[in-house]
Amino acid sequence: MGDTIIVEELRKRYGELAAVDGVSFRVAAGEFFGILGPNGAGKTTTLELVEGLRKPDGGRVSLLGEKPWPRNPRLLPRIGVQLQANSFFEKLTAREQLETFASLYGCGKAAVAEMLDVVGLADKADTREDRLSGGQRQRLSIACALVHRPDVVFLDEPTAALDPQARRNLWDVLRAIQGEGRTIVYTTHYLDEAEALCDRVAIMDRGRILALDAPAALVRDLDAPTHVSLPRGVLSASQAWQLPGVQEVTEGELTTVIATRSPTPVLAALVERDALEGLSVRKATLEDVFLRLTGREYRA
Amino acid sequence: MTTFLSLSRAMFLGFFRDRVAVFFTFLFPLMFLVVFGLLFRDVGQSRIPLGVVGSGPVIDGLPADAVEQKRFESLDAALEQVRAGDLPAVVFEQDGQVTLRYAASDAARAGTVQGLVGGVVSEVNLRASGRPAAVRLQAEQVEASSLKAIQYLTPALLSWSVATSAVFGAAMTLVSWRRRQVLRRLRLAPVAPLTVLTSRLGVAFSVALLQAAVFIAIASTPLFGLRLSGQWWLAVPLLAIGTVAFFAIGMLAGSFAKTEEAANAVANLLVLPMAFLSGTFFPIDAAPRWLQIVSNTFPLRHLTDGMLDVMVRDQGVGALLRPGAVLVGFAVVLAAVALPLFRWDDA
Repeated sequence: MGDTIIVEELRKRYGELAAVDGVSFRVAAGEFFGILGPNGAGKTTTLELVEGLRKPDGGRVSLLGEKPWPRNPRLLPRIGVQLQANSFFEKLTAREQLETFASLYGCGKAAVAEMLDVVGLADKADTREDRLSGGQRQRLSIACALVHRPDVVFLDEPTAALDPQARRNLWDVLRAIQGEGRTIVYTTHYLDEAEALCDRVAIMDRGRILALDAPAALVRDLDAPTHVSLPRGVLSASQAWQLPGVQEVTEGELTTVIATRSPTPVLAALVERDALEGLSVRKATLEDVFLRLTGREYRA
Repeated sequence: MTTFLSLSRAMFLGFFRDRVAVFFTFLFPLMFLVVFGLLFRDVGQSRIPLGVVGSGPVIDGLPADAVEQKRFESLDAALEQVRAGDLPAVVFEQDGQVTLRYAASDAARAGTVQGLVGGVVSEVNLRASGRPAAVRLQAEQVEASSLKAIQYLTPALLSWSVATSAVFGAAMTLVSWRRRQVLRRLRLAPVAPLTVLTSRLGVAFSVALLQAAVFIAIASTPLFGLRLSGQWWLAVPLLAIGTVAFFAIGMLAGSFAKTEEAANAVANLLVLPMAFLSGTFFPIDAAPRWLQIVSNTFPLRHLTDGMLDVMVRDQGVGALLRPGAVLVGFAVVLAAVALPLFRWDDA
C-alpha cells in the first residue's frame, strides 16, 4: 500500500515571509501524524496546502494519489477537514449542523446520530452551536469533519484553547477515530499531547521541519539524561555522587536532582537504601528535543 | 437536489432564529406601512371642504362626491376661516350672483375649487338658456378602485422591503460565512459554489414571498382597505426577478466588505438613497425632470413601477415586460461583475 500523503519540497511565501520553506514528508495509510511547533511555525499553512485550500509556490503534494490543487472534486468526498475556526452555520443546533454537513456528502440521519454518539454529544444534540462549551464545539466540529467517514482526516489545532479535562476527552475521541483505520493529520502546539497521541511527529519551526520520527525515537535519539529527583536531605551530594552511572548532581532548595543516562542501576541503588520516599523520575520529552533543535525554550 | 434543500433549510432556520434579521425584514417595513397608511388614510378620497354662504342653483349643483360643504351664516365668518387657512375657499351665492373667494396660499386646492365652481356655473347657465349642449364631457376614473394612499404605499413599500432584504441577505451571508470560515469549509466539501449561491437565493425569494403575504394581509384589513386589482398575482414573477437583481447587488457589496458592520453600511448606502428616489415613500412623478432620469437608473424604481402596475393599476402581463427586462439586465450585469470577485476566504 502506497503512502496516503506525499509532500515534496513544499513552499509558500506571504510577501517576505517564507511560511512554508521546503517541507517534505510522507504519511502512511492509517497513521496518526502530528505536525507540531510554536505559533507561526507554518503548521496551518502546510495543512492548507495539503488540503488544497492554497496554491503552493513550489513543490508537490499528492493526496490519495491525486493533486489537491486546484479544487479537486474527486478528492473532496474522501477527506474530512476541521478548520482552526469552528465553521458552523449560524444558529443551528448540533444535530442540524451535522445533518447539513452530512447532506453535502449524501449521508443520512443514521450517520448523524452515530457521529453524535462517537463524539459524546448525543445529549446535546438539540442545543444550539453558540450555546455549547468550547470543548463541545470542538467535538462537534470534528464530528462535522468525520460524518461522511473520510479516509483522511485533517484537524487543525483541535485541542487549542481547551481546558485540560476537555483536552483529555478529545484525546479519547481522536484515538477512537484512529482505531477505525483512518489516517489522521493534525497540528498542535502541545508537545505532550503529540507525544501521547501520534505515531509520528514532524517538529516545525519557521517554515521548516526540524525533525520527523516517532516521538519515542526522537526522545531516544536526543540521548538526554534522565533526571531523578529526591527530597532534599535524603541523600547528601557526596552520597549521590557515589551512586552508579551518575553524571551530575544538582542541589536545589527542596530537591536533589541526579542526572543519569542509566537510570536502572541508580534506582536499584536507591531501593537498597530505602530512599524512594518522594522520589520522581523525569525522562526527556519532546520539549527537550525542541530545545536541542532550536536552541531556545519551547513556548507554545 | 438534497444538497440544495438541506443548505436552504440550514439558511432558513438560521435566518428565522435571528431576531434582529426578522425584525428588520418584516416588522420594520411594516411599521412604515402602518404609520404612512394611517397618516395618509384619508388623503386620496377626501373631499375638498368649501365654505358656502347663501343659496341658489350653483350651491345646490356642487358635486357632493368632490365637495364637502360647510355652511356659514355670514360671508365674514367664512372668510375668517379662509384667512386662517382652515378652508381653501368660500362660495357666496345670492340672487343669481356667485362670488368665489379663495386662499392664494393653497394654490392647488384653490385651482380645483375654481374649476369645480366654474363648471357648475356653466352648467347652470346652459340649462337656463334652454339650448342643447354643444360638447359633453364624460369623466371616469381610470383605476378600478379608489386612489387611497394605501393603494400606492403597499406595492411601493413592499418593493423596497423585498429589495432591502435581498441586498442584506446576500451581503451579510457572504461576509459572515467568510469570516466564520463556513465558505472555506464548503470549499472542501463536494458542493458546487452555484448550489450554495442558489440555495441562498431561494431563501431570499421565500422571504420575499412571505413579506408580500404579510404586507397584503395587513394592508387588506378594513383599517387600511387595500384593494388588489385583477392580476395582482403577476407580482410573484416580478418579485422573483427583483430578488435576483438585488441579491446580485448584495453579492457585490459582500465581495468588498470585510466585516458584517461594513457590509451593513454599504448595503444601507446602496438601498436607502435608491428608495427615496424610486418612489418608495412618495410618488416621484412630480419630481423635476433630471431627478426622474436619475430615478430611472435605479432598479428599485422599475420594481416599484411594475408592482404598482400589476397590484393596483389593473395591468396585465404586458406591464411586466419593461420592469422585467430592466431588472434581468441589472441582475445579469451585476452578477457578471460580482461572480469573479467572489472569494472563499479573506486571506
